[in-house]
Amino acid sequence: MPKIGIKFLLTSVIALGAGAVFAGDQAVAKVSAEMFAVNNLWMLVATVLVFIMHLGFATLEAGLTRSKNTVNILFKNVMIIAIGLLTYALVGFNLMYNGDNWLFGKFFGFGGFGLSCPDGAAGLIDYSKGAYTYWTDFIFQGMFAATAATIVSGAVAERVKLDSFLIFSTIYVALIYPIVGSWGWGKGWLDQLNFHDFAGSTFVHSVGGWAALAAVILLGPRTGKYVHGVSKPIWGHNMPLATIGALLLWFGWFGFNGGSVLSANPGAVSYVFVTTSLAAAAGIVAASLTSWKLQKHPDLSMVLNGCLAGLVGVTAGADVLSIKASIIVGAVAGIIVILAVFMFDRLHLDDPVGALSVHLVCGIWGTLAVGIFCDKYSFISQLIGVLAAGVFCTAGAFAIFLPIKYIMGIRMPVEDEIRGLDICEHGMDSYHGFQIFTTQ
Amino acid sequence: MKMIVAYIKPEKLNSVKQELYKREIFKMSITNALGCGQQKGYHESYRGSEEEVNLLKKIRIEIAVNHNFVQPTIDAIIEGAQTGSIGDGKIFVTNLEECIRIRTGEVGVEAIG
Repeated sequence: MPKIGIKFLLTSVIALGAGAVFAGDQAVAKVSAEMFAVNNLWMLVATVLVFIMHLGFATLEAGLTRSKNTVNILFKNVMIIAIGLLTYALVGFNLMYNGDNWLFGKFFGFGGFGLSCPDGAAGLIDYSKGAYTYWTDFIFQGMFAATAATIVSGAVAERVKLDSFLIFSTIYVALIYPIVGSWGWGKGWLDQLNFHDFAGSTFVHSVGGWAALAAVILLGPRTGKYVHGVSKPIWGHNMPLATIGALLLWFGWFGFNGGSVLSANPGAVSYVFVTTSLAAAAGIVAASLTSWKLQKHPDLSMVLNGCLAGLVGVTAGADVLSIKASIIVGAVAGIIVILAVFMFDRLHLDDPVGALSVHLVCGIWGTLAVGIFCDKYSFISQLIGVLAAGVFCTAGAFAIFLPIKYIMGIRMPVEDEIRGLDICEHGMDSYHGFQIFTTQ
Repeated sequence: MKMIVAYIKPEKLNSVKQELYKREIFKMSITNALGCGQQKGYHESYRGSEEEVNLLKKIRIEIAVNHNFVQPTIDAIIEGAQTGSIGDGKIFVTNLEECIRIRTGEVGVEAIG
C-alpha cells in the first residue's frame, strides 16, 4: 500500500508541474489525463470547502442571535442548502450558464430545465478543456447558489415568519441569483464590458446583500431593538459558536476563491490562497483597531465581521490584485464594515448579524476596488456592474417579498417573537435541560 | 419591615426596574424561576412525541423594604409588569423579622435602607 501511495504522490507532483507549464496557454495545450484528474479533484475539494461554509453561516448566525431562536436559524440554514441545490438543478444552472441560448439581449437566457451531461468526453475532459467535468461544474456552482440566500437568513433573523422566508428564498435563489450571475460569469453583457468579479463579491455577496436590505426594510426591526428612538443591544447568545462560524467561513473561502480559478493551476490557486488570507488577516486587524478606537473595547463580534469583510472584499479581485492591494482591500473592508454597522443602526435597519455591512457594503467595495487597483479593469465598468446588480436585485427582492407580505405576512406576531421562534415555529427548545436566564 | 416577592414575565423585568428606579427603590435581587399559575402550559414536540410543558419561565424579584416603601414598590411592579393578559404574575408581601447587613453588622431598619 505505501508503494502505491508514493507512486500516486509522484504522479500528482509531476502532473502539477505539468500544469505550471500549460498554465500560460491552456486554451491551446491539450491537458493530459493526469492533469485533468488533478484539476477535477481540486475543483471537487473546493466544492466541499464551499459546502462547509454553510455550516459556518449556520453557527455564525446562531451565535450572534438569542438562544430562543437557535432552532429556527439552524433550520433555515439547513433548508437553504437544500433549496439552493434543488432549484439550481431545476433551472438555476441553465439560467446562469445558458450555453449561448440568449433570449433577451445578453440580459436573459435559458438553456432548458434540469441537468444533462453531454455524452462521452464532451461532458468530461473536453467539457472545459480538461479543467473539470460537467458534473463538477454543476456541483461547484450549485454550492455557490445557496450562499446568496443564506446571507438573507442572518439579516432577517429572530422575527421573520419561517414559511414566508422559505418561499422568498426559493424564488430568489432560483431566479434572481442565476440571472444576475449570467450577466458576468455566463458571458453576458457585463462580461462584454470587461466587468471583473472573480469569485462573487457582486454576484454572490451583494446579490444576497441587496435582498437582505429589501427584506430588512419590509420587516422592520426586532421588538425591543429601538426604544424611543434609542438603539438597544440585543446580545448574541454564543460567542464560541460565532467564532467557529467566522473561522469556518475563512476555511471554506479557500475553496470559494481557490476553486474560482476553475482549475488546479498551481500558480493561480496558490496566489489566490495568499491574497484571500492576507485580506482576511488585514480585515481582522483593521476591524480590531477600529472597534478598539470607536467602542473603547475591542468587540469580538465586530472583529469576526471584520474577518468576513476582508474575505468578501478580496473576493472580486483575488486573482488580479497585487499582494499590497489585497492587504489594503482587506483593511479598508475591516474599517468600513464597522462604520456600516453603525450606519445601519442609526438608520434603524436592524440586522442582527451584520450581514448588510459584510456582504452588501464590502461586496460593493471589493468590486469597485478591482477598478481602483487594477489597470486592466475600468472603475466605470465595475460601477455599472454594482449598480445594475443593485437595481435588479432590490427590485426583484421587493417584487417577491411584497406580495408575500400582503398575502401571508412576513413577520411573527409580537408575542411569538418575545417567546421565541423555537417554541412558536418549531415547538421545541434549542438547549433542552438548560435553564437559560434571559429577560430579552 | 416587609419582604416583597414577585413573579413576573421575564421580558417585563426591564420596565419593572425602570418603575422602581422612578420611586427611588434601587435594591433588589433577581432570580431565574419556573412557575405556573392559572396560565395553561404549551406543547413541545421532539421527534414525533409531544410533551406538555406547564412550567413557564418567570423572573422572581425579592425586595426588602421599610413600611413607607411597601405601597410604592407594589405600584411600581404592577405598573411595569402589567399587560392585562394571563400570566402577568403575582406579588406576595410577608413580614420580615430581621435584617442584618453583613459588612457593618447593622440591623433592622438601618440595614434595609
